[in-house]
Amino acid sequence: MILEARGLTKNFGGIKALNGVDLYLRRGELAGLIGPNGSGKTTVFNVITGIYRPDRGTVNMDANRIAGLAPHRISRLGIARTFQNIRLFRNLSVMDNVRAAYHPSVPYGPVSAVCRTNRYLDGEKAIGENVTELLSFFSLQDRRLEHAKNLSYGDQRRLEIARALASGPKILLLDEPAAGMNHSEVEKLMGFILEARKRFSLTILLIEHQMRLVMGICERLVVMDFGEVIAEGTPAEIRKDPRVIEAYLGHRPAGDTSEVRD
Amino acid sequence: MKALPSLAKALAWLAAVYAAMFAFDSSGLANPYWLQVFELACITAISALGLNVIYGFTGLFSLGHAAFYGIGAYTAALTLKSLGVESQPAFLCALLAGAAAAALVALLVGVSTIRLTSDYLGIATLGFGIIMKVVFDNADSFIPRLGGARGMTGIAKMTTLPWAFVLLGGSLLVIRNLVHSSYGRALVSIREDEIAAGAMGIDTFRYKTAGFVIGCAFAGLAGGLYAHLYAFLHPSNFDFFKSVDVLVIVVLGGLGNMSGTLVASFGWVFLLETLRVVLPPEYVEFRWVLIPILLVVTMLARPRGLLGIGEFRFLRGGAGR
Amino acid sequence: MDYFLQQVINGLQIGFVYALIALGYTMVYGVVGLINFAHGDVFMVGAFIGLYAIGKYHLPLFAVFLLATIGCAVLAVVMERVAYRPLRQAPRIASLITAIGVSLFLEYFTALNQVFGPNFYSFPRPFAVSSWGPGDISLTNIQAIIFLVTLSCLGALQFIVRRTRVGRAMRAVSFDPVTAGLVGVDVNRVISITFGLGAALAGVGGVLYGIAYPQVNTFMGVMPGLKAFTAAVLGGIGSIPGAVLGALIMGQSETLASAYLSSTYRDGIAFVILIGVLLLRPTGILGAAKTEKV
Repeated sequence: MILEARGLTKNFGGIKALNGVDLYLRRGELAGLIGPNGSGKTTVFNVITGIYRPDRGTVNMDANRIAGLAPHRISRLGIARTFQNIRLFRNLSVMDNVRAAYHPSVPYGPVSAVCRTNRYLDGEKAIGENVTELLSFFSLQDRRLEHAKNLSYGDQRRLEIARALASGPKILLLDEPAAGMNHSEVEKLMGFILEARKRFSLTILLIEHQMRLVMGICERLVVMDFGEVIAEGTPAEIRKDPRVIEAYLGHRPAGDTSEVRD
Repeated sequence: MKALPSLAKALAWLAAVYAAMFAFDSSGLANPYWLQVFELACITAISALGLNVIYGFTGLFSLGHAAFYGIGAYTAALTLKSLGVESQPAFLCALLAGAAAAALVALLVGVSTIRLTSDYLGIATLGFGIIMKVVFDNADSFIPRLGGARGMTGIAKMTTLPWAFVLLGGSLLVIRNLVHSSYGRALVSIREDEIAAGAMGIDTFRYKTAGFVIGCAFAGLAGGLYAHLYAFLHPSNFDFFKSVDVLVIVVLGGLGNMSGTLVASFGWVFLLETLRVVLPPEYVEFRWVLIPILLVVTMLARPRGLLGIGEFRFLRGGAGR
Repeated sequence: MDYFLQQVINGLQIGFVYALIALGYTMVYGVVGLINFAHGDVFMVGAFIGLYAIGKYHLPLFAVFLLATIGCAVLAVVMERVAYRPLRQAPRIASLITAIGVSLFLEYFTALNQVFGPNFYSFPRPFAVSSWGPGDISLTNIQAIIFLVTLSCLGALQFIVRRTRVGRAMRAVSFDPVTAGLVGVDVNRVISITFGLGAALAGVGGVLYGIAYPQVNTFMGVMPGLKAFTAAVLGGIGSIPGAVLGALIMGQSETLASAYLSSTYRDGIAFVILIGVLLLRPTGILGAAKTEKV
């Protein structure tokens, strides 16, 4: 068990966004978090990564209690994430987006930087090499000088993953990585996710509505509705679970059930 | 390229510039009035570069920059007076004391207010600026030498062209090197998206405070030079409009653009002085009618900054390109 | 105790004037998100209109208010049309700098000899000052007029914002301008009306200020403007009751500060309170806490 959350509760002015959520991640697994819109999935991410402090409940990563820590501390313990509504550093180059994420492990001090000592130069070189490697893996190397805002949607999503990996995480949280992607892009993204997990020894939890991706690569699914976990199991089990089907059908207007049926 | 040559090169440049300036300054060729205007432009540029670190690079909206300029000015002037010697090393100490005082106050202000978001931070710093103006106005009641609302007199004229120019060069060098380092990228990432920066492991509170303190330290340094340029300080030199001045410069130059700040600083100071000279005496009041019109027209035409220029070569790039 | 109560009344006097200015700031900010730095100067223009209407043309008081209201509203609408509207899609800082430019222009342009002139001018009293009240406490007729006029303005504003179509449109635009536009609200018109309404109140404030503190100058709007804006932020910018509450706090704090501490610290105390409040409530007393969607 690399991550374990117990009894997470979070209220926003009377609305229970989370109501006693229990969630765990096994080391090295690729799990999916699904549920209708507004069921609290992103809030779970925000609580795990420290953007919100839970009203009640604990989150443990390995032996560390992380609920309530500042986001940067949680990040340094090894949890990285992407955002549903892409949050890149829009006016920075692709390369600088990733370089910024190497900052927590910067090998030189500010005085070194101001005086441009050897430490600074060697450090910048090392960061540059790491960035090149990461960008090549995500086939963004030839766009490295482009401003992030000028990238295509798919490239932006990939860059966000690359940036998340730069901080050297053990756990990667992906919030709707395939949103807005077409068929072939999703296909490619699935390959990337699987390969990245192997190469960077990651544990991955992803939120996704595209059932093709979820059913295609997740080993285990957690289903949320109204701020609670309503089901958990393998994709095959979830597909048949009546509570899940009801959660989706109950929430959605007729005809918009494609997500669960695939 | 290794570090030693690059540092040596920078120092050699500075030395050469200093020598040239010194020769020029003592040659008597320059018109002393315009020389003083040039020095004022250098000083304004240092302060504006500081605000550019705060607002342009870190994205913190500050409407109280002049307060830190004033803190630096009064501290430096008081330090040099208290030291009782008017030597160059003493002047350097006084300038550093001014910068340090501004940085210290900025740390206190920053730690308490930096959590506020954009406009609210602007208002809090504006409020701080007005509070400091009131403090300067009443300063004589706790330190008589500061002169309070009557102004502080008897300050030695220590600021010379080489001092102003070399300190501007040094400030540019320090800010350039900082910006093109991992620390600079941390600041800029906060400006771009604070939540993402935090999720990336950047301690946003600490770096926002650091950016604010560094920027204010440059304002303090510039203030010390200013105090010893005209040898007279008055609280009205540090009111809200002086904070607006530097803000206008930074916005006209383009946020996060050091070259733009530099050009806009010189442009702004020389424009004011030229209008003073060019306009016939009975029309001097028209200066402040023309400038706002110019400002509004400029913003309407170029809302993203007047210049939109690329960085000058010596301000470009870090080591890793 | 009498002294204290007297100071409270004096504080209400200036507080109400601040409230009239603060409303314009808060309404404009609510609708377009702009700190309209020139609003304090609109207040100044209102005072000067009062000066001419009373001193030169000897108009009756209600006509003076009407004239100041209309004059300031027209000025603000023109200002918005010329200087702010073209920048609505530009970075916010561009409109802020423009607002500062407009502010400086109004101050220095009107200070030209050909316009209002650069000096302090004494504001003619439209009526003899009288006062009544028990013991050492007194209420002047000036104060009574300020209270009455301000309260009726507040009532009228509340009516417009809460009960009329225009008011509903204003609230819609301030909630979400894009959606308001989509559902058929004429956003440009609503913004013009908001500027006009805010300026009209400032114009009334200018006349009242002139009557109460009979010295006017083209830079007289700077400090009241900053303080009224601060009051709006203190109360929670975008909130109409907040602006009034902030203004009253502002008026009390600076009056009591000059009464019990020293008048030299008067201009500072309001901002000390502002910073204190913001540290406890980062969006002001009645401001809604804004959480960014992540």
